[in-house]
Amino acid sequence: MGKTLSEKVWDEHVVRSAPGEPDLLFIDLHLLHEVTSPQAFDGLRLANRSVRRPDLTLATEDHNVPTLDWDKPIADPVSRTQVETLRKNCADFGVRLHPLGDVEQGIVHVVGPQLGLTQPGMTIVCGDSHTSTHGAFGAIAFGIGTSEVEHVLATQTLTQARPKTMAVTVNGSLPDGVTAKDLVLTLITHTGTGGGQGYIVEYRGQAIEELSMEGRMTVCNMSIEWGAKAGLIAPDQTTFDYIEGKPEAPRGADWDAAVAHWKTLRTDDDAVFDKEIELDASTMTPFVTWGTNPGQGAPLGATVPSPDDFDEPNDKVATEKALQYMGLEAGTPLREVKVDTVFVGSCTNGRIEDLRLAASILEGRTVAADTRLLVVPGSVRVRLQAEAEGLDKVFIASGAEWRGAGCSMCLGMNPDQLAPGERSASTSNRNFEGRQGKGGRTHLVSVPVAAATAVRGTLSSPADLPALAG
Amino acid sequence: MDKFTTHTGVGVPLKRSNVDTDQIIPAVYLKRVTRTGFEDGLFAAWRNDPDFVLNNPVYAGGSVLVAGPDFGTGSSREHAVWALQNYGFQAVISSRFADIFRGNSGKAGLLAAQVDEKVVQRLWDWLEDNPGGEITVDLESRTVRAGVGEGAVEDSFDIDDYTRWRLLEGLDDIGITLSHDADITSFEAGRPSWKPVTA
Ligand code: SF4
Repeated sequence: MGKTLSEKVWDEHVVRSAPGEPDLLFIDLHLLHEVTSPQAFDGLRLANRSVRRPDLTLATEDHNVPTLDWDKPIADPVSRTQVETLRKNCADFGVRLHPLGDVEQGIVHVVGPQLGLTQPGMTIVCGDSHTSTHGAFGAIAFGIGTSEVEHVLATQTLTQARPKTMAVTVNGSLPDGVTAKDLVLTLITHTGTGGGQGYIVEYRGQAIEELSMEGRMTVCNMSIEWGAKAGLIAPDQTTFDYIEGKPEAPRGADWDAAVAHWKTLRTDDDAVFDKEIELDASTMTPFVTWGTNPGQGAPLGATVPSPDDFDEPNDKVATEKALQYMGLEAGTPLREVKVDTVFVGSCTNGRIEDLRLAASILEGRTVAADTRLLVVPGSVRVRLQAEAEGLDKVFIASGAEWRGAGCSMCLGMNPDQLAPGERSASTSNRNFEGRQGKGGRTHLVSVPVAAATAVRGTLSSPADLPALAG
Repeated sequence: MDKFTTHTGVGVPLKRSNVDTDQIIPAVYLKRVTRTGFEDGLFAAWRNDPDFVLNNPVYAGGSVLVAGPDFGTGSSREHAVWALQNYGFQAVISSRFADIFRGNSGKAGLLAAQVDEKVVQRLWDWLEDNPGGEITVDLESRTVRAGVGEGAVEDSFDIDDYTRWRLLEGLDDIGITLSHDADITSFEAGRPSWKPVTA
């Protein structure tokens, strides 16, 4: 019997396996940031251990860096302590760090791919659940806890039980104006937040193959939001083209050897998945969340659901609680939901393609009077690229705030937070209670929906905007 | 890590499903650089509510949390496990745990005992009749027990053999792995030269 893509990648990394025990897996790339690493380094020091492979380790500062005045010392003392602790740890243990102010600084899941460090067939881990983003390249990439961070630092391996495999096949093509984000939000509402539990998921099918690398990263990024251990996509020409020429990409004969290997990284025709799901992309529409988990979503053209629409008692209660928290009434058309703040950014949708898309909609338009639009590039490189293309001018002319790189309002660890009761349309990945600030209300949306919402002040898609004169 | 064989302590009913790690400990509490002191952030958003279960003096000193399905979903933050442990919890009982949370628990020495949904309901019912009552989580026999005689609850829980063994032995992960150092070294020698490095 053949193997699935994830089984192939997995098997290539098994250092040791024994019956009844989890496999010992070699880790090709270990990414670090300031929030989940300090205790791991603490543990190393306590046990007198060193970092086994600093040459396979990379750190950046992202979760609580300020996106304004980033050239000044961080005002918040706790954030500053975390960042300074990371700097000290990286210096003490010989780990490469891209700190605030460095041209390669940014959200860890934006930085890896843009450096060309994220490549097909790798195992990649980071103390962050959206590490699944890197699966877009055909890598097995997943989030780990701080003890595991310590384990990887000390041994460059992880003990892992082999997950089950699932195929999500998305047939057909996405209609115009419908994005990878809508696709994955539709999927999560379909499966529920626990639907992927215990699985490594392979996204495949025509709609997936047609996505850019940015779009594939958006899909894989949200794997964790429906419980999957990891999500990945078979590498193809789109993948190779994206990697070629990146700073850390292989060159010359190495490139040829790498591509030859990468081309073998496909699920064999006779391989069997433990579970399969099929979706039709051609019927998908702009999709937004109305509730407090990413599985509580609906097409933008729908109305806010009522607890009575659900059969399961748990769903009824969850819906009731969500509507109460979100301050929404069942039956309200989603297009009439008024939004205070729009956030374009995060490791889900903070790459250059996302900013180009947002700018193309905002060009010649203005942000609604009592709506605030925050545009936060995923990395310094993304910021510089956007500025080179003049996108920053488009954002500023429309009335948006153009910020420095970081996680920002995705999780509100830095000063970019929602006030209690404030409602956002956000291109990020989590709408949990308080995620973007205590009492804040989050609607997860795609980039075009975010941009159109900023203009109209209510949840909208670009189709709702009046055509521009001339 | 301390060995975990069996634990008996006050059971705390958390009648919610889908308790994600942002709920267990909100991001604003993650800024510490040590491993202790996270108890004040535990369920922070709910602790302001006087009716929240942890604000009920009956459950003071609670150490066995009985929660609804899909406990620990969301962010991978291990601080969620530390917050539970720093507060005094030794075991969490639920009908379904998020993978990362379950992994983090095993490694830090918090027992994540997976039981049938009906068992959670029976424990909740039992705690309703016996507020402040003690629940026993016996890792050796993989059973949960509450009360004696009529209405008592006794059932098995699931935990994988490997995690159970480590908890029983109180074994540190890194030490186990480093005993296979030769395997790692020989694997490293066979890696293709084109694999990327950061240095
Ligand atoms: S952008 Fe958001 S989801 Fe992504 S790494 Fe940062 S905090 Fe996590």
